[in-house]
Amino acid sequence: MNKKVLMKGTDALGEAAIRAGCTCYFGYPITPQNEVPEYMSRRMQEVGGVFLQGESEIASINMVLGAAASGMRAMTSSSSPGISLKQEGLSFLAALELPAVIVNINRGGPGLGNIAPSQGDYYQATRGGGHGDYRMPVYAPAYVQELYDITMKSFDVADLYRTPVMILGDGMMGQIVEPISMHERPEVEIPPKDYVLDGAENRPSRIIKSLILDPAEMEEHNWKLKRKYELMAHELPQWEEFMAEDAKLTIIAYGTAARIAKGAVKRARSDGLKVGLLRPITLWPFPEEAIRSLAKKTKLFLVFEMSTGQMLDDVRLAIEGRVPCEFYGRPGGVVPIPQEIARIIERYWLQKEL
Amino acid sequence: MKTVYTRPKTLKPVSNHYCPGCGHSIIHRLVCELVDEMDMRGRIICIPPAGCAVLAYNYFDFDVCESAHGRGCAIATGFKRAQPDRIIFTYQGDGDMAAIGTAETLHAANRGEKITSIFVNNAVYGMTGGQMAPTTLIGQKTTTSPYGRRTEVEGYPLKITELIATLPGAAYVARTSLANPVKIRETKKAIKKAFEVQISGAGYSLVEVLSPCPTNWNMSPREAFVYLEEIMEKEYPLGVMKDNTAKKDK
Amino acid sequence: MRRDMAAKGKITINQGLCKACELCLTVCPDEAIRLSDSLNEKGYHPAETAKESCRGCALCAVMCPETAIEVYRE
Repeated sequence: MNKKVLMKGTDALGEAAIRAGCTCYFGYPITPQNEVPEYMSRRMQEVGGVFLQGESEIASINMVLGAAASGMRAMTSSSSPGISLKQEGLSFLAALELPAVIVNINRGGPGLGNIAPSQGDYYQATRGGGHGDYRMPVYAPAYVQELYDITMKSFDVADLYRTPVMILGDGMMGQIVEPISMHERPEVEIPPKDYVLDGAENRPSRIIKSLILDPAEMEEHNWKLKRKYELMAHELPQWEEFMAEDAKLTIIAYGTAARIAKGAVKRARSDGLKVGLLRPITLWPFPEEAIRSLAKKTKLFLVFEMSTGQMLDDVRLAIEGRVPCEFYGRPGGVVPIPQEIARIIERYWLQKEL
Repeated sequence: MKTVYTRPKTLKPVSNHYCPGCGHSIIHRLVCELVDEMDMRGRIICIPPAGCAVLAYNYFDFDVCESAHGRGCAIATGFKRAQPDRIIFTYQGDGDMAAIGTAETLHAANRGEKITSIFVNNAVYGMTGGQMAPTTLIGQKTTTSPYGRRTEVEGYPLKITELIATLPGAAYVARTSLANPVKIRETKKAIKKAFEVQISGAGYSLVEVLSPCPTNWNMSPREAFVYLEEIMEKEYPLGVMKDNTAKKDK
Repeated sequence: MRRDMAAKGKITINQGLCKACELCLTVCPDEAIRLSDSLNEKGYHPAETAKESCRGCALCAVMCPETAIEVYRE
């Protein structure tokens, strides 16, 4: 049962989706996520599911919408420019309260950018991205096992809250090969899908719509969504703490950046510096309580992102000025090595006389 | 006395929001008559557009899923792939079908997606107030072509139905008109055929219906129906452009 | 034998639905429909039966955008 297999990130993602009961996948080629549709095209055939390569990202997300409204577990994947095209669909999925899983293998940007690992889509992912007053759970796994587990969980979260869920990774997460345990889907009780359109046989007809012309009714719909988001904000935050208990300097980083930071923390610890790491696994809802409670213990936060500083805003909002917060960023697809981060840690350690 | 004509069961007994003389409400009724006659209520799902017909769910007493502007055929594809035994149709206007949704439409047709599109061509954007559509006639004045559509500036009326007829995945493609009761009956026959083609699994089916928009044409309903027949039908000839099932019958 | 000798028809018009587009008037071969002098709730002069010449051909109902007309025939 515990037998481990070596698996690439994108394959683990696809396999987890299928074992989570995803029966419909719609995608469009864009590097660096092509291995996902390739894997799904192979496996969906084997398990009797639906794989379809759409004519665009826009078409793909709308195919997901149709499959979700049919009651299926549906998924699409893309990378940054393609995710921009999916924003309209995300707004509709949120408004229509339809469950779906959207994978963004973030690449360097803006514009066409490049295909290297990057974290420049944090704002787009966590602020909604599409139009209107909505939120969407965003998971940022850092290890292949975690990617596998989170993919399974994402489908449950999508169904439990009737919401689109985003998995945010990068080319590193997608390409890395690690041993994982491919467990079966955990038992989660999903409420009956009483919204599904399957032909109104022996029941009153149903409507799935987001057009609400009366502002008072639209306001009510917005507050209803807001209550749902508050529930998610309460129930979903997930994070990892690494050597953070006694840390005077705490790094906050997610995804690939957190893997690099972990290496730097180990180096700093071996030099006797009390350095720790907090790694948000959910980017929305942001684990702000966890950061606030660390703010009582640590002397300095150092946010490290592979961007010019986006999660930094959320960290600052969470710590509310209680503790100084510095930032180090490498945007554009540059992937620094742990030594580089260790040097930054050392610099702040000395400058701030920790 | 026996009843010759009565309201279809699946057309909800409510007043519609359409302007006087609008073709949408006629097509709604035809669809509902077919849903009743072909006993499809328990297995049919409609994807209406963003446009005047966005509110179709207020009138259709069967399952309806809203779509973003132009995405009807992609959403319908998702439905059909997930539920191959259901009857899925998009109901789209000219902007939805032939401008913003061109890619979704052409590719669904080209995949031979077993769905039906009812394409209501009234040569203007109705809901937004009468702006120029891809199907606006040359010389036709709209709120964004106030000098009349000029080919050197705005290009030509897009005949997406003829385009789709060239695609192998399209099994049945026809253009009809609402200009008079005979043509309305022809329209119903064409839509019926389109549903039958979908049910048979032959491929994509499309019926373009030329329809009046008296309000945005700045005409009375009477004038609009005359314009429809005398002007619009000249630019958009009626007829069955493709019927793969007929070939098989021979 | 002329058709109008063969059958006698009747229509009922749901005047609440009518928007006075007059399309039924234009297609009626028997001049059996006219617009009412009074207004309906929507503010239109709705269609009404004009005389007993109806054959029940149903062209008005086929044309009516409001599905306001029901047709009966003997």
